[in-house]
Amino acid sequence: MRPPSLPRIPASEITDEAVYRDRRRLLGMLAASPVLGLAGCAEAEPPPPPRARTSTAQARAGFSTDEEPTRYEDATTYNNFYEFGTNKDDPSRAPRTLRTSPWSVLVDGECARPGTIGLEDLLRGIAVEERIYRLRCVEGWSMVIPWNGVPLADVLRRFEPTSKAKYVAFTTLADPRQMPGIRYRSIDWPYREGLRIDEAMHPLALLATGLYGKPLPQQNGAPLRLVVPWKYGFKSIKSIVAIRFTERMPKTAWNELQPSEYGFFANVNPAVDHPRWSQKTERRIAGTKSRLFAARIPTQPFNGYAEQVAALYAGMDLRKWY
Amino acid sequence: MVLSRAPAAPARPRRSSGAGLVAAKAAAHALALAPAAWLGWQMAQVWRTGGDMLGADPVAEIEHRTGLWALRLLLLTLAITPLRRLSGQPVLLQFRRMLGLYAFFYACLHLCAYLVLDLGGYWTQLFGEIAKRPYITVGFLAWLLLVPLAVTSTRGWMRRLGRRWGQLHRAVYAIGVLAVLHFWWLVKSDIREPALYAGILALLLGWRLVLRLRANRTTAAH
Repeated sequence: MRPPSLPRIPASEITDEAVYRDRRRLLGMLAASPVLGLAGCAEAEPPPPPRARTSTAQARAGFSTDEEPTRYEDATTYNNFYEFGTNKDDPSRAPRTLRTSPWSVLVDGECARPGTIGLEDLLRGIAVEERIYRLRCVEGWSMVIPWNGVPLADVLRRFEPTSKAKYVAFTTLADPRQMPGIRYRSIDWPYREGLRIDEAMHPLALLATGLYGKPLPQQNGAPLRLVVPWKYGFKSIKSIVAIRFTERMPKTAWNELQPSEYGFFANVNPAVDHPRWSQKTERRIAGTKSRLFAARIPTQPFNGYAEQVAALYAGMDLRKWY
Repeated sequence: MVLSRAPAAPARPRRSSGAGLVAAKAAAHALALAPAAWLGWQMAQVWRTGGDMLGADPVAEIEHRTGLWALRLLLLTLAITPLRRLSGQPVLLQFRRMLGLYAFFYACLHLCAYLVLDLGGYWTQLFGEIAKRPYITVGFLAWLLLVPLAVTSTRGWMRRLGRRWGQLHRAVYAIGVLAVLHFWWLVKSDIREPALYAGILALLLGWRLVLRLRANRTTAAH
């Protein structure tokens, strides 16, 4: 008779003898694997950018669109700016605690003329332009916004980046007294973003100071923010206080938080899904009519700016470098 | 349902009738319907005027709000048994089915909003989304599991299923877990809100677990 206390273990749960004998080496491999993973990342630099030039006419074609614009009220009440709260309406409802004047930006790294520069001096002599860009959020919605600002390239050239400047890193202010959302660590503050130098120098890349002909409201990233229309919205960093030219790809906030979901390049790409949701289509927040039954619209490669920017990524595997 | 040791299906629980109960039930119906009525009125306004009562992205707001109320009512349903035991008020049981059905009602609205308003013409995307996106998979599964519970919530089905009715309706625990997961997995980085609901669910399920362990110990001692 069988003793009743003997546990019955299904065959599927019994460790294979070969595995059992090899357990020490296997455990060692497991322990080492995170390190191996990191080493792999450090080596995996993206391919060098091709020498692409965008002609003036080509670039100009992207400066505006006749698509129906988003209402000012919508663009200024539906914001992702976690420094002022993580709900879409938190930033516009937050008290006006951000002191935008005086405002200065620290510029350093691989450049001949580093230093701290006041906002007026940073923009002095560069004509403010209007650009009507599509803005596609990684969450699957999009807007059409008339921005006012200056070409990022014109500002960056002031600091004479050296040949070692392969990337540009940007930092948002992180002051808990001015930004109530900082108290909760939804992001590893300060918010940081970055571009490859050729992306930063592209004529479409804009440093915005206003929208709809008005100064940027606090919730839209006053007084100075980036607008990179061919990339997901989180690349367009708000309330910039530091710009650094670097030789290595800079660490960026969302990428650090969840590297499998938010890549460094983050080019709008309907063919590469976010792991948790599809990027094939988007809900367009625009116009004055009710959007209750508005159909989704297909998302375009590079958010419709392929003609202007696709050459920057020639020969690059966009599935790998998402 | 739940931990009843004896016959699981309450053989026609005695109706504590009276004007008080009727009034309480009417109030419960009104309260449970209020969020839907409010949302419906707002949708009508937005539809007529293109106003922004539902924010810049009304579809996202409708999805979020119907989902949130489904989850809240589900947790409220799960709270009835502990509340009844702790308060010694058997009358609370009279509200459990109603609340459970309202949870299902909001879950249906939530699914409809996703299918009709959000996905719209892109029906082909649906199956891919259910299969590929874990948060949609668990959300859909939670709704699917609610269907048989809603169908068998009548007295007739209670009688027909006997003790198996209780066993079947234990699926509500799994539904609770799936619903919280659905919320948790769709959040980008601020997990405070889903964590709050996860905490409440843990409390409600933990209470039952403790009770069961205690009951087992008492039986084992004999």
